[in-house]
Amino acid sequence: MTSARIVWMGLVYRVREFAVSRWFLLMAVLQPVIFATIAFYMFRAGGRPGTLLYAALGAGMMGIWSSTLFGSGGALQWNRWQGTLELLVAAPPPFLVVLLPLTLATSVTGAYSLVATLVWGRVFFGMPLHLAHPWLFLPAVAGAVLSLGLMGLLMASSFILYRHANALSNLLEYPVWVATGLLFPLTLLPGWVAPVSWLLAPRWGIDAIRRSALGGDVWFPLAMCAAAGAAYLVLAAVFLRIFERAARARATLALT
Amino acid sequence: MAPVVEARDLRRTYRTTTGVLRRRPLEVEAVRGLSFEIAEGELFGLLGPNGAGKTTTIKMLITLLLPTAGEARVLGHDVVREAREVRRRIGYVFGGERGLYERLSGLDNLRYFAELYGVSGRAQRRRIDEVLELVGLRGRERERVEGYSRGMRQRLHIARGILHDPQVVFLDEPTIGVDPVGARALRATIAGLVEAGKTVLLTTHYMFEADALCDRIAVIARGRIVAEGTPSELKGGIADRTVVEVEVFGADEAELDRLRELPGVTSVTVSERDQAQLLTIQSPRGLELAQELPALLDGARIGRIAAREPTLEDAYVALVTEEAP
Repeated sequence: MTSARIVWMGLVYRVREFAVSRWFLLMAVLQPVIFATIAFYMFRAGGRPGTLLYAALGAGMMGIWSSTLFGSGGALQWNRWQGTLELLVAAPPPFLVVLLPLTLATSVTGAYSLVATLVWGRVFFGMPLHLAHPWLFLPAVAGAVLSLGLMGLLMASSFILYRHANALSNLLEYPVWVATGLLFPLTLLPGWVAPVSWLLAPRWGIDAIRRSALGGDVWFPLAMCAAAGAAYLVLAAVFLRIFERAARARATLALT
Repeated sequence: MAPVVEARDLRRTYRTTTGVLRRRPLEVEAVRGLSFEIAEGELFGLLGPNGAGKTTTIKMLITLLLPTAGEARVLGHDVVREAREVRRRIGYVFGGERGLYERLSGLDNLRYFAELYGVSGRAQRRRIDEVLELVGLRGRERERVEGYSRGMRQRLHIARGILHDPQVVFLDEPTIGVDPVGARALRATIAGLVEAGKTVLLTTHYMFEADALCDRIAVIARGRIVAEGTPSELKGGIADRTVVEVEVFGADEAELDRLRELPGVTSVTVSERDQAQLLTIQSPRGLELAQELPALLDGARIGRIAAREPTLEDAYVALVTEEAP
């Protein structure tokens, strides 16, 4: 109960912190609209019926992934810069519980991308908003957001030790868009990409969301989201235990 | 009674690299075998120049850094093996403006850390009210921290550090950069912590602060303790000396070096005062310097000369300069 409360309150304060950042809000509003516009023009040029919603959902998920990727790395760096990382590490709860809301907040705020993309598509591109399984759409989105937040946690666990690791992680933005089928179907890619995509939560997240909207079995990709999220959580717990101790040994928690 | 804080031969070495293309390993021994004990309810001061190892020592005691060797215990818990037990029972405050969530209000900062330290619900509201009152931030708590002055930030740091009513509080230069009125209020807050039964470890650069607040002081230089005792005991260490303050105008380094080399002179420190330099010269009691000064400082104009009793700052200067290589 205490850990759940710490995660919840941490999430509330992180989202509140984001919400008062004008720069963050500007990026949050503009980026999904840019992604969505590009995707709409690409798919409209294809001339195939019913693909606009497919494109819109992919573009929305691209926004969630970008928010998680940059936010998870940035959250630790930002805490290090403002001198609060040491306070978080020295707090009594396990660091996993303290860090989780930081990365969850980035994927939760990223979920706005999906909403913005759907509204943009409906208003400016006349995209029909008919959902095949309307009752499963929200659970699919929630599953995707949660599993991405946990993936962010796994990535962030290395940032505690390596001060500039988020620069490397930034390279992951475009490859993950492609390798998880956010832009176009995985069947168009070489065969070796599919096994790689199985390890990545965005692949199962977008599958669950698209199937809830366009039709198909939602439960299997949702279960895979849960499995991937659980695996990320376990790995992050192990890494954090090792990396936190290493960071205390190497003195990398502070900026100086 | 068992000490609340104890350090035994505590050591910390930082390993880094130097050079751009050919990287060479570099080792810096920040703390070189510190041993001390702090009793319950005591306010213990750790004094030393920049780079002496004060912050490194505090960071080892609050579990943020692992010692390279030696051991330390806080309230009987080992800072390496029982870090979580230590973390639950201590509070700490670092000097400076960093360490707060700038975009959140002071109140939200306190609420968040209260959650992290398991203070929630009604107890949280009551405790936040108490600490806001104690540090004098009541009425400003709903403003965002980015608009706070340095003194207000420092008071918020202290409020955060004692929010969960810890038994031991570590204060690392808590009044640094704070204006005199704000610093006086902070010192009153620190004195209040001891009156409330807390054990406090304080590091500071301000000798009058240490003199006024600390029960005992350890002077640390180059990672080692060079003296330990009450402020009176430390001052007593140079009771056989005289301190002469000389106001001079235009003394150069060569002249100051001649003064330093004068037999019997144990230390000469210089502080700039507008147009003048104020030389603080320590020497054995009975040594008459006044007659020799005009010859030694022949290129400078000499103003006021005054002899006085040694202060804690003089004792500190003597200890630190005599330890210097």
